[in-house]
Amino acid sequence: MSIGHTLLGLLESGPRHGYDLKRAFDERFGHDRPLHYGQVYSTMSRLLKNGLVVVDGIEPGGGPERKRYAITDAGITDVAQWLATPEKPEPYLQSTLYTKVVLALLTERGAAEVLDTQRSEHLRLMRELTRRKQGGDLADQLICDHALFHLEADLRWLELTAARLDALAAEVRR
Amino acid sequence: MTTVPLLKAVGLTKAYGPTPALSDADFAIRAGEVVAVMGPSGSGKSTLLHCIAGIVRPDSGTLTYDGRDLTALSDTARSALRRTDFGFVFQFGQLVPELTCVENVALPLRLNGEKRKAAEARALEWLARLEVDPVAAKRPGEISGGQGQRVAVARALVTAPRVIFADEPTGALDSLNGERVMQLFTEASRDTGAAVVLVTHEARVAAYSDREVVVRDGSVRDTEWAA
Repeated sequence: MSIGHTLLGLLESGPRHGYDLKRAFDERFGHDRPLHYGQVYSTMSRLLKNGLVVVDGIEPGGGPERKRYAITDAGITDVAQWLATPEKPEPYLQSTLYTKVVLALLTERGAAEVLDTQRSEHLRLMRELTRRKQGGDLADQLICDHALFHLEADLRWLELTAARLDALAAEVRR
Repeated sequence: MTTVPLLKAVGLTKAYGPTPALSDADFAIRAGEVVAVMGPSGSGKSTLLHCIAGIVRPDSGTLTYDGRDLTALSDTARSALRRTDFGFVFQFGQLVPELTCVENVALPLRLNGEKRKAAEARALEWLARLEVDPVAAKRPGEISGGQGQRVAVARALVTAPRVIFADEPTGALDSLNGERVMQLFTEASRDTGAAVVLVTHEARVAAYSDREVVVRDGSVRDTEWAA
């Protein structure tokens, strides 16, 4: 996720302090990984340098947390471009798992166990997300559903690979 | 949660002619637990469910329910046990098309000798619990698939069974309806303390369970009870 673009988007509704930005980010998007203050201030410094935000005011007391930031026209354009650009689909997990399965077969370890262990872990996380979804509001449900569908896709790959292990073993050991 | 299984199968085997459907399968479930039975199509999931529910007699192996040996019971005694202690939900609801929804849900109670008025009053409570009381007077052909599955869940729960066997209960539903059925189903079963054996090939459905067992080529990996 692009933290810079997300913080910029949050600024579109009006100027905010760094602390408010962090809180808004964590409430909406930070379920798994809340932002560190350091990330907020380093990101805001970069956005400031690039002319995407300006300092709208500084409250008495000093320190970076007292700065109030406002988005610039260039910042608004940047958010619009980011939203209009599709994300690169990244089949990263399958690549790692594929490597593990092939290595297990090459070293005559249990490739089925690699897949089973991964399936259990995926399901454990899916249970956690399902519980969170049941206790959450619509925003929670949508975020959890997104993760659940991705995990489900991985699981389908795990099942299919499990069904093809003998063929794969014959191929890699040839 | 108790560590003693309510239902336990050890070394179940079952073949249909020369085709082995289950080989040396172990399975156990505690009271109040939801266990997903997963595996590819044709792996033996449904055969396992039919064997442990006492619908199909295994060729060998032992099956104990609440301390009783189910394989030693007569067909009549097993049928009686299925009516009083077990509930069933299938993929396509299997509601009686000529009866209204409330009559369908009341049916297991009527078969157990309960008077119509009392049976239908309880059936209505369960329909409300599953959020389908507005269709109580309609027949299965007049309602949607999602509503039909909720009615089927109400029918499975109305007798307060100790074990519910669900075979692909959301298999015929879209994601949104399937999720709602699973949510209401697992909430209701957890509230009543019933054990649920949930056969599914869908991971998102299995995610409503407490744990999963995997059936592959008729053999079952139940790591929880493997020791």
